[in-house]
Amino acid sequence: MINYILKRLMYILLALFVIVTVTFFLMRLAPGSPFANERNFPPQIEEKLNETYGLNNPWYIQYKDYLIDTATFNFGESMKYKARSTNDMIAESFPVSLTLGIEAMLLAIGFGVLIGVISALYHNKFPDYLATSIAVLGISVPSFILAGLMQYFLAYKLDIFPTAGWNGFIYSILPALAIAFSHAGFIAKLTRSSMLEQNSSDYVKMARAKGLGKWTVVFRHTLRNALLPVVTYLGPLTAGVVTGSFIVEQIFAVPGLGKHFVQSITNRDYTVIMGTTVFYSIILLFAVFIVDILYSIIDPRIKLKGAKK
Amino acid sequence: MNKNKKFFLLALLAAFSLVLAACGFGGDKGTDTKPTTDGDNKESSGKKELNVVVASEPPSLHPQLATDTTSGAVLNEVFEGLTRLDKDTVPQKAMAEDWEVSEDGLTYTFTLRDAKWSNGDPVVAGDFAYSWEWALNPDNMSEYAALLYPIKGAEAYNNGKGSADDLGIEVKDDKTLVVTLENPTAYFLELTAFKTYAPLNQKVVEANEDWYANAGEQFVTNGPFKLADWKHNASITLEKNEDYWDADNVKLEKVNIGMVEGESTAVTMFKKGEIDFLGSPFQTVALDSIDAFRSEGKLNIADKAGVYWYKLNTKDKVMANENIRRALTLAMDRQGLIDNVLKGEQTPALGMVPTVIKGFEEDRGYFKDNDIEEAKKALEAGLKELGLAKASDLTIAISYNTSEAHASVAQYIQESWSKNLGINTTLDNSEWQVYLEKVNMGDYQVGRMGWIADYNDAYTFLEMYATAENGNNDTGWENPKYKELIEASNKEVDAEKRIQILKDAEAIAMKELPVAPIYYYTDPSVVSERVTGMEADILGNFQLKNVDVK
Repeated sequence: MINYILKRLMYILLALFVIVTVTFFLMRLAPGSPFANERNFPPQIEEKLNETYGLNNPWYIQYKDYLIDTATFNFGESMKYKARSTNDMIAESFPVSLTLGIEAMLLAIGFGVLIGVISALYHNKFPDYLATSIAVLGISVPSFILAGLMQYFLAYKLDIFPTAGWNGFIYSILPALAIAFSHAGFIAKLTRSSMLEQNSSDYVKMARAKGLGKWTVVFRHTLRNALLPVVTYLGPLTAGVVTGSFIVEQIFAVPGLGKHFVQSITNRDYTVIMGTTVFYSIILLFAVFIVDILYSIIDPRIKLKGAKK
Repeated sequence: MNKNKKFFLLALLAAFSLVLAACGFGGDKGTDTKPTTDGDNKESSGKKELNVVVASEPPSLHPQLATDTTSGAVLNEVFEGLTRLDKDTVPQKAMAEDWEVSEDGLTYTFTLRDAKWSNGDPVVAGDFAYSWEWALNPDNMSEYAALLYPIKGAEAYNNGKGSADDLGIEVKDDKTLVVTLENPTAYFLELTAFKTYAPLNQKVVEANEDWYANAGEQFVTNGPFKLADWKHNASITLEKNEDYWDADNVKLEKVNIGMVEGESTAVTMFKKGEIDFLGSPFQTVALDSIDAFRSEGKLNIADKAGVYWYKLNTKDKVMANENIRRALTLAMDRQGLIDNVLKGEQTPALGMVPTVIKGFEEDRGYFKDNDIEEAKKALEAGLKELGLAKASDLTIAISYNTSEAHASVAQYIQESWSKNLGINTTLDNSEWQVYLEKVNMGDYQVGRMGWIADYNDAYTFLEMYATAENGNNDTGWENPKYKELIEASNKEVDAEKRIQILKDAEAIAMKELPVAPIYYYTDPSVVSERVTGMEADILGNFQLKNVDVK
């Protein structure tokens, strides 16, 4: 187990190195300059700006600087937002995205598993059709359409929720729902299919034959096995939702991390691009890693390589 | 296994509650800064609050470093220069109680009033000298320092050729500031109202060089409002500055500025009454809601000193031909574009200087809108000079930065050129940072640009074409006569003669056409009924000190 974890950590470092390198070169290959402004300023000022941010150095010096910055988690000041460090920007916006993401994830897992179980239990009956339709709708309706519709009806027409902003729990409900809906649909489909598989297995039939109730079987036996694919999906899902969604944040004016991914690139704000990319990669890599470890806890049949049993 | 799972769940729960406790949902404890949704609440609390939104986080709240309108809108309320513009952009006494101008127009002697910084320090002449020098010091990399160039020795110092000692800024005593100019600059008193000319509290700035990154005690200001709170990417709260010299006339106690990027979200917020105003720089009225607001009679349209034009790259092989440039400029149906595409009651631009600028109210008659006959003649002559047999052999590329609005303008003009002139037009869009570089490098044929005045004077629209090297010219065009006239306009003290000189210069450019003007800007806005005094001047400035809410 320890060996396995160490090995995985090595891979994560390697992957990070590759990501940093690829990002650096893609970033520098992209045309456009962070200091291009509609109102031109004297060339000597631009020269000074380039010098301050080290953009005059040859590429290998810049590359080396970036590697050092990444290793020390110090990405430097943003080129667009004066006197603001990339670290501060991430530190301010990540908690917001994290809160929203966790809320969305709880909703997605809760509703997703519930809908999946219902449709599996009532296979090919009305509840199944209804649940499946909801799930398919969730997967196929893009989050921004849902967000716009919810904002219009629930916030504007019915005035149940505030339109946009981030000033308390009530402000987080609509954006969380908008993010959760499609994930819930996906989880429901996953749960349903693996539940159906389990339902025809011997141990479930045995349990039913013993006289256990439908729902007791689900919670005691079936669900635990049926959730494996859902757990697999949880890794990337976590990384995706806790780092924020650009479009949902834009519609609901949530001050989260998602906008920095997109805006830093359109601004050619190199330091912020690097900071957000590395940050996201770390979260994604670790989320996948943790899911792999969770496997062995949920399903004892899975043995991690390097385990000494 | 069960134990394990329980433990895991418990751990998850603990982690989750920790996260929630740590970050929460951004709500305020004990304060009421959030915009309340219902108007009754506001009235009962008796506080006069204005709720607005801006489209983005202001990139910099340092008056000498800021370049964008969002930052400018906030800075204009928290800082105050020697003068402040009224609704007709006439400079009014602000930090300066009085001023004297020497007969040759070169020396300005400002007398400061008794005013205080928000930390209690008096505002002294040295604060102005300090901030102006700070902006001009090339080490500080102020991108707007060029606005200070009318001051004697400023350009040389900013270019690293002069020294700070040679600047025409003299602090006589704490209350007297003497400024010597390079040329009699007719609009200098308007400039002193501009953000780059705002004072800085030297002690505070030197104690903490990142003073402007966050709200707080170190953010010392002298304007009608104080920066009470700044949640990055979320909101800015301004509070009335009780120590402001004109505090008795400032009615608002609080201004809540949210940051809402989505245009349609902002429209919904306005309709629901969560915000009181919509219109640049406080977000914009989304294009698709303009008609609805207009039919309800709520839409206000204000003229703005800005021009939307197509730069014509005279260094390009085809575009170097004056007749071709003329044909392209004439064969645009500007009125049709405004009526069918833009819908903002803009004015067709038949010159470079907008009609709202002093002395340029009348059409100067350089050319007619949509003059197809003349355009065809010019095209024929141009084709002959280029050695092309027919119009369809000519292909022109229109470049613009990626945006639906610019795309529809380009498509309208493409259609007009192909129908009336029979030439081919390709459209080429690229994202903003890339586009700016392309235009700057001269890698285009016809390129979209806009220009909004920093001060109410024709000079701001004409000066950039004086030399090909000017960073804002981008067209490679220059004309010695034009340059001469621009320089002469700087030296002329007589206002009427000066306007005539500028008109003569404009006439030269409009004959050789390095740019094809398309329309003069307007600003559509909607305002809630409970707000009075929310009016922009033609430069797009608001003076929130004059705003009142019911």
